[in-house]
Amino acid sequence: MHAELERATGERMVLNFGPQHPATHGTLRIVLELDGESILKATPHLGYLHTGFEKLGEHLDYNQFIVVTDRMNYLSPLSNNFGYVLAVEQLLGIEVPKRCQYIRILMAELSRLADHLLWLGTAALDLGAFSVFLYSFREREKLYSIFEKTTGARLTTSYTRVGGVLRDLYAGFDEDVRQFITNFPKALRETHTLLTRNRIWMDRTKGVGAILSEDAINYGLTGPCLRSTGIAHDIRKAEPYSSYDEMTFEVPVGSNGDAYDRYLVRMEEMVQSCHIVQQALDNLPAGPVNVEDNKISLPKKSDAYGHIEGLIHHFKIIMDGHGVQPPVGEHYCATESPNGELGFYIVSDGSGTGYRIRIRPPSFLNFQALPHMLEGGMVSDTVAVLGSLNVIAGELDR
Amino acid sequence: MNNEGGTSSPDNGAESPFVLQKLQENYADALLAHEEARDGVVVVVGKDDAYALLEYLKTDAALGYTYLVDVTAVDNSRLESELVKFGYARFMVVYQLYSYQGHCRVRVRVPVHERDLRVRSVTSLWRGANWLERETYDMFGIDFEGHPDLRRLLMPDDFDGHPLRKDYPLRGRGERERFNFERQNV
Repeated sequence: MHAELERATGERMVLNFGPQHPATHGTLRIVLELDGESILKATPHLGYLHTGFEKLGEHLDYNQFIVVTDRMNYLSPLSNNFGYVLAVEQLLGIEVPKRCQYIRILMAELSRLADHLLWLGTAALDLGAFSVFLYSFREREKLYSIFEKTTGARLTTSYTRVGGVLRDLYAGFDEDVRQFITNFPKALRETHTLLTRNRIWMDRTKGVGAILSEDAINYGLTGPCLRSTGIAHDIRKAEPYSSYDEMTFEVPVGSNGDAYDRYLVRMEEMVQSCHIVQQALDNLPAGPVNVEDNKISLPKKSDAYGHIEGLIHHFKIIMDGHGVQPPVGEHYCATESPNGELGFYIVSDGSGTGYRIRIRPPSFLNFQALPHMLEGGMVSDTVAVLGSLNVIAGELDR
Repeated sequence: MNNEGGTSSPDNGAESPFVLQKLQENYADALLAHEEARDGVVVVVGKDDAYALLEYLKTDAALGYTYLVDVTAVDNSRLESELVKFGYARFMVVYQLYSYQGHCRVRVRVPVHERDLRVRSVTSLWRGANWLERETYDMFGIDFEGHPDLRRLLMPDDFDGHPLRKDYPLRGRGERERFNFERQNV
């Protein structure tokens, strides 16, 4: 295919896409070699947002690093917080109370909804469907209000702690979330009517950026990008963590592995996330939200301010070399983040700081398959394919 | 976590996982160490045998570790307990594999001495290894032999040093001060 195109004219044009293109949603850059409007070669360049998160992990203690995980996939920081502390807890060999596990599932699924909603709005916006953007941001705004009330922040949530969460849910949480999931299916249906059978949307996404399932595995694709090729793999099902085995949900799959299927898979995942949220709310256990281990959990604020024992306890945990100290060893823990497999590989030397914290980001491997999806296609498909992958530069470059 | 290896029968929970049995049958000499960790089987293998072992894990029909999750490295120069185990090899290149058949994981660790940083690239087995190896080269200086395009990935091309090595300072070596905005290439 490429050779044919090259022979046709012998003339190439190099088009620089990014790093400040409106459709890149972050700073990433693709150098496109074109023959007319056909893409002969696409070369992504990374690193514009490289911040040295992994290096920072070797200098911050285990709880301090949670703040850094917020800034990876900044569209679903709660999922990152969750994945990271789960890895540290497994390294420590502790399990958090049931209530905490359920709260984490609730927050992870709500952030999956928020992530997919933002993806939906921006991917549609890039292809000219402005109204979808307004619909999805209206819904996302409701979620962010819930996040703000729960964690105190909209974007940099830092909600989880090693051995628990920052604080229990607020009093009206149940009501707010139930109201959201009651109204959400209607909003999703509205979006379906705008896009799913829309002639323009289908023309722009169907058969565009397609990848076969074997290639998808070979490239290490995960999440909706993998499932759109027909492989029903979801870490929540395959290696259930944090009480996901108690939830009933379906894993939606596509068949063509193109941008349209990735859209459909994400749309259905939102429905499934709503089911999970519903179940987690219905069965939310009572009890503490932090492990009852004084070497891991901070004391209550009232104790820290009211009693000398509480103050000493607080001080001891915060002081370097007294807080969370996993045993010497290494551990890899993967969670299903909205974009795919988010893994943390932690090597501990027994101190309060990680010896090596490797982040295996889903966007990184998904983005690597971009040239494979683009080459041989049309230049206008770049935006559609890039949108369908949902590459988050913060996570890509770390 | 499911630590059952490959397609092993469900009743052999007490025995070692299927993948470890298979590796011990076929690569007994190559295995420097092995362990059944909470997150799957961990094997340590010399760098001359690493490629063949990874290829075996990927292509063996009963194992089917077709998904390369991650390639990275660890600089063990400040971790004495690891150094003494593998002949004071400074780096440990780490491959994480996953099998869609058995839903299980294997971690392959390859000790690499600083005097010879060459490791055979696995890009011919997994196209996904391309950027992962480039990043490992960028951050640690591991030289992946046979890689089609071994350039820096995250750091600028004219960057000096490998930032995730333990002797590289957190605040850098003055790169910010002498960053060249006039540079023409790339």
